Amino acid sequence: MTVAQIIFLVVALVTLVSALMVVTTQNLIHAALWLVVTLFAVAILYALLNASFLAVVQVVVYIGAIAILFIFAVMLTRKEMRDQGPQLNASWGLSALLAVLTFGGLFALLQGWDGMSKTVAALPSGFDAMNELGTALTSPNAFVLPFEVASVLLLAALVGAVYLAFNRK
Amino acid sequence: MNFWTDPLKLAADWLIGLLTGWGMPAGVALGLTAFLGVLLLITVLMVIDIFLVWLERKVVARFQDRIGPNRLGPFGLIQPFADIIKLLIKEDTTPANADKVVYNLAPMLSMMSVLILWAIVPLAPRILGVDLNVGALYIVAAGAIGTLSIIMAGWSSNNKFALIGAFRQVAVLVSFEIPMVAALLIPTILAGSMGMNAIIQAQNVWYVWLSPLGALIFLVAAIAELGRSPFDMGEAESELVAGYNIEYSGMKFGMFYAGELLHALTFGGFWGILFFGGYRFFGLEQVSPFLAIPILLTKAVIGYWIIMWVKYTMMRIRIDHMLAFNWKFLTPLAFVLLMVTALANVLLRGASAWIYIPGMFLSNVILGWIVVEFMRRYSRAEREKAEGAAKARTVLEIAHP
Repeated sequence: MTVAQIIFLVVALVTLVSALMVVTTQNLIHAALWLVVTLFAVAILYALLNASFLAVVQVVVYIGAIAILFIFAVMLTRKEMRDQGPQLNASWGLSALLAVLTFGGLFALLQGWDGMSKTVAALPSGFDAMNELGTALTSPNAFVLPFEVASVLLLAALVGAVYLAFNRK
Repeated sequence: MNFWTDPLKLAADWLIGLLTGWGMPAGVALGLTAFLGVLLLITVLMVIDIFLVWLERKVVARFQDRIGPNRLGPFGLIQPFADIIKLLIKEDTTPANADKVVYNLAPMLSMMSVLILWAIVPLAPRILGVDLNVGALYIVAAGAIGTLSIIMAGWSSNNKFALIGAFRQVAVLVSFEIPMVAALLIPTILAGSMGMNAIIQAQNVWYVWLSPLGALIFLVAAIAELGRSPFDMGEAESELVAGYNIEYSGMKFGMFYAGELLHALTFGGFWGILFFGGYRFFGLEQVSPFLAIPILLTKAVIGYWIIMWVKYTMMRIRIDHMLAFNWKFLTPLAFVLLMVTALANVLLRGASAWIYIPGMFLSNVILGWIVVEFMRRYSRAEREKAEGAAKARTVLEIAHP
């Protein structure tokens, strides 16, 4: 096993365990903090894939904004920070079965894919991923249309939020 | 001669040679050497941090017309060590019903969010932790962890003052992150890279001359990020006693305190790196890292001194004024400046330096002048409205007493 594989396995384990803790812990703030651990581990996975931009954006957006908003919302809306009710409902068995089946299906499918056994080709020296990404996002031959559509969608959401929150006198 | 031009690489090569000579695998030796390098950097930073306590106390004393620490050692230089011994032997208290794990984790995260910033600081052309190609965003990401540590400290302390302090502080941090990002993008546009080393290498002219407004916005946003006066809502001591770190005692409080001081020095350093040429000073940095590192540290300390100057001169701003200042003034200004800089940079890039530099400078000055003129007219209109209403009221009172 290479060092990269060991790091990947450790990070994957941390991701899974912390994700499990998010849904099983009774304390809502603890759930939000476990979610931060999960999101941070995903950022490490991006970093392992040489996607430094995505890794940093993952931390900025998900931990810096979304997780903080979660914690704020929980603190401001709940008096009691503990969830008292039962954690499982009647259909937990069926859900578990579906999850296992989905995992088994994906596993079987990916076993047959030859990409699983390939090793990652090293990036050519002097390859600037940031530059490539920026060019791809603004080039008419690449992704400028999806990029602009996503921007308009976010702007519409922003305008909608301002409209809803606007207090007419 | 090699030691004079590249001491760290020489030491690392020597150490790796020694370790592999003892039969250690090359990969392990490399990892161990890198770890020792990190340890060295953090140790030096913590030692600097000890003296920052002394520096801060000495400077605040001067601003307040006092002498400051002067009893222990020459100029009171041993005072910070006495402070540390005091912090270490204080009782370590945990409030009742505190969330112990989160409570103990928060000071560590706070210190960590500052220390990881130094991973991307280029101390000299070849002495740097990592030349990350997303360096500018990395600063914001490290700030996100600092924000998290504050909310963790405020919540886990089980104290209303701490929670209110954390709420205020996080509101400020999340808001001022936006002009900070816009200000960070200005050197990125000018240099064509987010990497700190590339930004320094591209600064044949200090970026403060190409974007004085950008440097100013970055400084204001940095002071807010540091939670220092006039933006010290988080620990407004006259209202909240001490804010989010109220329940912490001993070295846990010390971690917050030391983290805050080192954070200020770090942002002084980033101000120097982004707008004042970092380790560059008339080509001296090419001579030796032994000259480049003091140059960078001098610029960082000057930035730190300006932050202290603002802190000990300005009064605290009320929270709603502060947030209105950010959302209605600083953020729009930062975005307009970003657009103007990008446009002027594209239009003037082909021209000679004699047109490019004054052009960029003038675009900033004109934008600043327009903003000041707009603000003046707006505040005059508001004042006349208020005065008119007051005058009308007095006329009414005279007519119908």
